Amino acid sequence: MSDQDRRGPVGSRVDAVADGVRSFVSTSDARLLLVFALTLYGLFTVVSVLLGYNFNGIVDTLRRITFLSGVYAILVLALNVQWGYAGLFNIGVAGFMAVGVYTMAILSSPTTNTFPGLGLPLPIGIVGGVLAATVLGLLAALPALRLRGDYLAIVTLAMAEIVRRVFRSPVFQEFSIGSVQLGTGGSRGMNLPENPIRTLFYQNPGEAGSPPNGLGSALFDAASAAGIEPSVVEGWVYATMLVVAVGLVYWLLRRVGNSPFGRVLKAVREDEVVARALGKDTRLFKVKAFAVGCALMGLGGILWRLSGGYVSTTMFQPIYTFYVFVALIIGGAGSNTGSILGGAAFASLLFEGPNFVRRIVTGYVDVGAAPNSLYDAIAALGGLDLTPLVAYSLSDVNVSALRLVLLGVVLIYLIQNRPEGLLGHRKEVASPIDLTDRGTEEGDG
Amino acid sequence: MSGADAAGGREPEATDGDEPLLTVRGLTKQFGGIVAVDGATFDVEAGTLTGLIGPNGAGKSTTFDLITGVQRPDAGAVVFDGDDVTTHRADRLARAGLVRTFQIARELSEMTVLENVMLAPRDQRGETLWRSVLPGARGAVIEQETALREEAWETLEFLELDHLATEYAGNLSGGQRKLLELARVLMTDPTMVLLDEPLAGVNPTLETKLLDRIHELRDRGLTFLLVEHDMDVIMNHCDPVIVLHQGAVLTQGSPSEVREDERVLEAYLGGEVDG
Repeated sequence: MSDQDRRGPVGSRVDAVADGVRSFVSTSDARLLLVFALTLYGLFTVVSVLLGYNFNGIVDTLRRITFLSGVYAILVLALNVQWGYAGLFNIGVAGFMAVGVYTMAILSSPTTNTFPGLGLPLPIGIVGGVLAATVLGLLAALPALRLRGDYLAIVTLAMAEIVRRVFRSPVFQEFSIGSVQLGTGGSRGMNLPENPIRTLFYQNPGEAGSPPNGLGSALFDAASAAGIEPSVVEGWVYATMLVVAVGLVYWLLRRVGNSPFGRVLKAVREDEVVARALGKDTRLFKVKAFAVGCALMGLGGILWRLSGGYVSTTMFQPIYTFYVFVALIIGGAGSNTGSILGGAAFASLLFEGPNFVRRIVTGYVDVGAAPNSLYDAIAALGGLDLTPLVAYSLSDVNVSALRLVLLGVVLIYLIQNRPEGLLGHRKEVASPIDLTDRGTEEGDG
Repeated sequence: MSGADAAGGREPEATDGDEPLLTVRGLTKQFGGIVAVDGATFDVEAGTLTGLIGPNGAGKSTTFDLITGVQRPDAGAVVFDGDDVTTHRADRLARAGLVRTFQIARELSEMTVLENVMLAPRDQRGETLWRSVLPGARGAVIEQETALREEAWETLEFLELDHLATEYAGNLSGGQRKLLELARVLMTDPTMVLLDEPLAGVNPTLETKLLDRIHELRDRGLTFLLVEHDMDVIMNHCDPVIVLHQGAVLTQGSPSEVREDERVLEAYLGGEVDG
């Protein structure tokens, strides 16, 4: 006690945070996520070794898995508030991501770019992007939430497509407000503000050949001793930052879910009439939940694209909304831990997996030349020859076809055998305290 | 004390003297060409267990929906506790102390029994998003939640549902779901409860238990309006009894008065009633 007093309020707050982290790590959820992450890393290490990658390549593979898993985890967590908790059917996820990214880009891209932005500091751009996604979410929600669920679905889908077409439109490729030149690049896409990680490590982060600064050269030297290239180091720092962001979003949404607010959201999902009969103004709860979800989708989009430094409207086609839904279904709608698990499982196994399968199979087995069309591949089946079909599905252009086939198989399997997903149907009781434990006053903070 | 003390103890306000707690005047609702409720007019006095009966299609459920704001009446007025609440939505009425149960129990099946019950209390601080999230404000939420938890357990004990507290509501039997509905309603700390066929599909043992609890709560000052098909239940437990026929009030009075009214018998036998 006295020890804590001596350290003052800051010290005790640090202690409280440390306690929180410790108590979380001791939960089964944390162990589950950790074991899952290590399993994925193990699997992809083996795959990389099989592909004959050097150490740098292996580390880079793991970085890519971490990055994609983190991006999907944030998006799935955001969708889980809307769909998993409140039962709001938003099929415009990609649109809210796009608004987040483009708003950030217009606010923070350098004025010297081909398609210039306002050149404001990046944090302002990120906050602005998140706010823009929130506002668009509110706009979509206010009229639609008064109607039945299906209408919200239609409105959000339409909204996402409108957003994408607006950013793609030649009208906004280059435009000016007063004397300020702006542009979305239309169908050519636009460059984004400099990756914030580069600004940490380089003297002139904007230039490709810039020499590293003190911190950068120290880190890069240490890494190159282990055979790791600077770009991979950068990527890993970015991925680590993303994992921290996932942790923060998870923390936020657990608090949202494990509260009386989350309880009302669940009630809205189960039976809105009951929630209203018990005195809850459900419209207010739905609008708030929808806004929180859209804000986080905007954030997810920003964190996804910021690492690449470039954005174009083809990255926000409706298929990406579908991907996020699949990830949520895999993880289990209604579970925050399941959302992270589903995001990671989808991103690494279903999204990236097919690429590695193709590389391994084509590396070890000679499947011959791929036929020109699916028709030729199917026709060969008549002669009981499977090889052309395998070759076709593994050919470079069509690995996305293999991915879709795999997605379909997984979805059918899940819906028949485990419709609640990996962690769905768990009792994640919506309360900040243990409701079964009468008489104690401890909450989970 | 048991949970009902916390749950059912609110004194009816503004009911000084003979002012009824609930006044329904000329309530009318049409669906297309069908007149479901046709100028229904009646009062419910505070502290009574009033029965509402009528043959199938008499408009009982629609009247309930109109009173509780689930549907809007085409004409007429509903006055509750001195306020005109005709156009109020269901949630606003519930916050004013007028709550209902449903004919077919609407349990929140993917939530536990405890969650179902904890959902109900009014004025929960933690229902405000920022209070639930911000580290500083969450302490107050947890404090209230701890108090409500005790209240929830007491209510579950009162209705003998405590052994099912951590079960999913969807796993409960039909009768237990009815009890859960009552528990949820009690947790809103209501002034008046509208029970829509609370005994339908409930076995005789549970039925006695439910009726005992309803009497106990009425004795503590709660007002009930009860729709029920079972004439025995209405005649043995309710006073007064209101008879609805073809959307309008046919007669009302004590059970014995209603029983002796020839028009009631005719209405139940399906005849057209004059006057």
